Amino acid sequence: MTDNADNKPGHAEPDAHVDAYTGVQTTGHEWDGIRELDNPLPRWWLWTFYACILWAVGYWVLYPAWPLASSYTTGLLGYSQRELVTEQVAASREALREYDVQILAGALSDVPGNPAVHSVALAGGESAFGDNCAPCHGRGGQGFKGYPNLNDDAWLWGGTLEDIQTTLRHGIRWDIDPDTRMNDMPKFLDDGILSREEVADTTQYVMSISGRDADPEAATRGAEIFAAQCSVCHMDDGRGNKELGAPNLTDAIWLYGGDQQTIYASIAHSRRGVMPAWQGRLDEATIAKLALYVHSLGGGEPSAPVAEVFGDVLPEESLPATEGGVQE
Amino acid sequence: MTSNDPGSGLSDLAREAVANVVAPEPPPAAATGPGDGRAHEKVERHDVEPVNSAASRSLYEKRRAIHPKLVHGVFRNIKWVVMAVTLGIYYVLPWIRWDRGPNAPDQAVLLDMPGRRFYFFFIEIWPQEIYYITGLLVLASLVLFLATSLFGRVWCGYTCPQTVWTDLFIMVERMVEGDRNDRLRMAKRPWTLGKFGKKLTKHSIWVLIALATGGAWVFYFADAPTLAVQLVTLDAPVVAYLFIGVFASTTYLLGGLAREQVCTYMCPWPRIQGALVDDQSFLVSYRTDRGEPRGAHRKGDTWEGRGDCIDCKQCVVACPMGIDIRDGDQLECIQCALCIDACNDIMDKIDRPRGLITYDNFDNMERREKGLAPRTRLLRPRTILYAALIVLVGAIMLAALVTRSPLDVNVLRDRNPLFVMLSDGSIRNGYDVKILNKLSEERLFNVTVTGLEGARLSTLTQTGLETLPVAVAPDRLRNLRVFVSVSAEQTGLVEDGVADIDFVITDMMDGREVRNATTFRVPDQR
Repeated sequence: MTDNADNKPGHAEPDAHVDAYTGVQTTGHEWDGIRELDNPLPRWWLWTFYACILWAVGYWVLYPAWPLASSYTTGLLGYSQRELVTEQVAASREALREYDVQILAGALSDVPGNPAVHSVALAGGESAFGDNCAPCHGRGGQGFKGYPNLNDDAWLWGGTLEDIQTTLRHGIRWDIDPDTRMNDMPKFLDDGILSREEVADTTQYVMSISGRDADPEAATRGAEIFAAQCSVCHMDDGRGNKELGAPNLTDAIWLYGGDQQTIYASIAHSRRGVMPAWQGRLDEATIAKLALYVHSLGGGEPSAPVAEVFGDVLPEESLPATEGGVQE
Repeated sequence: MTSNDPGSGLSDLAREAVANVVAPEPPPAAATGPGDGRAHEKVERHDVEPVNSAASRSLYEKRRAIHPKLVHGVFRNIKWVVMAVTLGIYYVLPWIRWDRGPNAPDQAVLLDMPGRRFYFFFIEIWPQEIYYITGLLVLASLVLFLATSLFGRVWCGYTCPQTVWTDLFIMVERMVEGDRNDRLRMAKRPWTLGKFGKKLTKHSIWVLIALATGGAWVFYFADAPTLAVQLVTLDAPVVAYLFIGVFASTTYLLGGLAREQVCTYMCPWPRIQGALVDDQSFLVSYRTDRGEPRGAHRKGDTWEGRGDCIDCKQCVVACPMGIDIRDGDQLECIQCALCIDACNDIMDKIDRPRGLITYDNFDNMERREKGLAPRTRLLRPRTILYAALIVLVGAIMLAALVTRSPLDVNVLRDRNPLFVMLSDGSIRNGYDVKILNKLSEERLFNVTVTGLEGARLSTLTQTGLETLPVAVAPDRLRNLRVFVSVSAEQTGLVEDGVADIDFVITDMMDGREVRNATTFRVPDQR
């Protein structure tokens, strides 16, 4: 760079704009007696600056740069971030499709045996659950009043992988789907089948079979009404029937509540929970993933008969003979 | 600018300061006159100026080429030995084998990035144990502090990679182009085929050394013998060639071309050392009390009334930083002590005692002026503190290493839902249990829960267990979904809806036990 030959001491009289010690002109700026030397920019700095300018010009030519009235200059390289993203999304979809094929290849119950495919299915199921199911069943599948908890072991329509898959495909009481899970409990009071007293007696009976405090006299009267009106669906012992989606009335889980008032209302006015059919909205692979995910939440029933798997491990009495029933 | 401006006063002061520095030095020409026939014949004189002389140096000057002259002596020999040892360690270390059993690499030092493991002989570091590396760095800096407070920049002068490789590159330069005087003469000659040939040879050897440096680096990150074959057959990963390229070019640039400029302009250490050096630190120093007044000395003349320094400038030409140690301790000095060797050599030739330039400290300089005997004080509050910290950090690291468990357990409790009521009225909580087996063999563990009476474990496939047997593959993390449930009657024993429980993971082979505390929740008791 500039070699300041005059920077030696003993330099000539300081000019108004020349620094006495260095012999360099000042810019004329002064702050509290400190003057800024007017030194040239370092050469490496200048070259970097020129290189940046060249780079920018090259960039204008090669890459999309200038906005036009209705479009933009596309650049010689034809680079497009949007197209790149679209391609990447398509590529990752394609990569996932291979797993979809494997998930749908055999029986659904074969999938957990293949850990690689299973973990993809569970991750996909969890994300689909968040998008589609969480509004009613909760983010963790914990359910709300009237919306079943999917973590527990009580299933109205069955909790095997295949049962869950069918429910997902066709929905519950979803009139548009001819294969939907359908049943209707009569509104025993509203439809004039039972009187208020008879409904109250039946309520006492239902409370007695689920182990709650009940008036024995009323319960005895209610037992007769139950045998005549309710046992068709809820079976003689009140343990329900998954074929019909009839809840088990003897277990600890109540979908709408197990207190006297709620049970009375359920008998008098009936309950009619609805779930949409997802077939047609979600593809088969997504439905399969959702079934696998919901089944893995902890309460899914094995596809094989219960006794075969659990018989040796659990004492007999802790196993309900049939499951299903109302959930809390 | 007016005459009473503070700016002009400042520049006056600066001018005065410069004048003071310059004044005592006689013009170099006077000392090295060609007609000085009666000077010591054995002593070679040099016309050289230190590169950092404030009097003659412009801020915008191009780099002045430095051609260090080869010296012989104690410190030069130490430097050769240190160079051989450090380079030897660097190039040989990745090739040392270490048997770790069938499932682990057999390289003694391996930074296995894809496998996320660092191996240092018997130590194996997992990503979550990276604090060992932090500890090592802390320890290294404390050792550096201690060494600096004792002997100044010994690290810079002897063991810093920049010094070692620069020394190696200068050695090559000296072998090809000759020593200082040959190089100076060659620099002045016009370009000839011979000069071009020498330069080409020198740079070719430099590039080979640089490639070997970058090449050795990548062996630390993969199995060395395998990678060596891959590199030759061009089957190695692109990233290996990339790193060889990066390290070869930086070695060539920094060690071969930039040399002392790295230490002067790029390295932060010269700026920090001022805080670590005190008046007891032994630094390479010129003994002014012995050397001044300096000047040329004719054989047979008396030494009365003058100093031992004959101003031959051997110390300046020996300096790889191109400075004059007689100007005192300065930023550029890397304390390599080559000037001590150069000066001792001259002192022998003119029959004066050695040690005109020597390791000395500020305290002794002052004591000599007062006529007191010099003294050595290595134990000072500062050095004791550094040594104590080194012992402390070392002890902590050793303790951590000795008590290191080959088994890591982490339990994450489900938060949504907090608990699930099952149809028989029992309450179930869900947990993610992560078991990390750091050994290179499969381990069998028993998972149990304590702190909750009647608790039963279940997984998605097994129910009602008191203990859950789990096999974890060698060197792997296993993520288990575990449910804990208690019967309806038992939930009444849980106070305030929360029970503190422990997951106990027992190694069935050696009985080692790891407990992980968590909670079990039940619905609020009405």
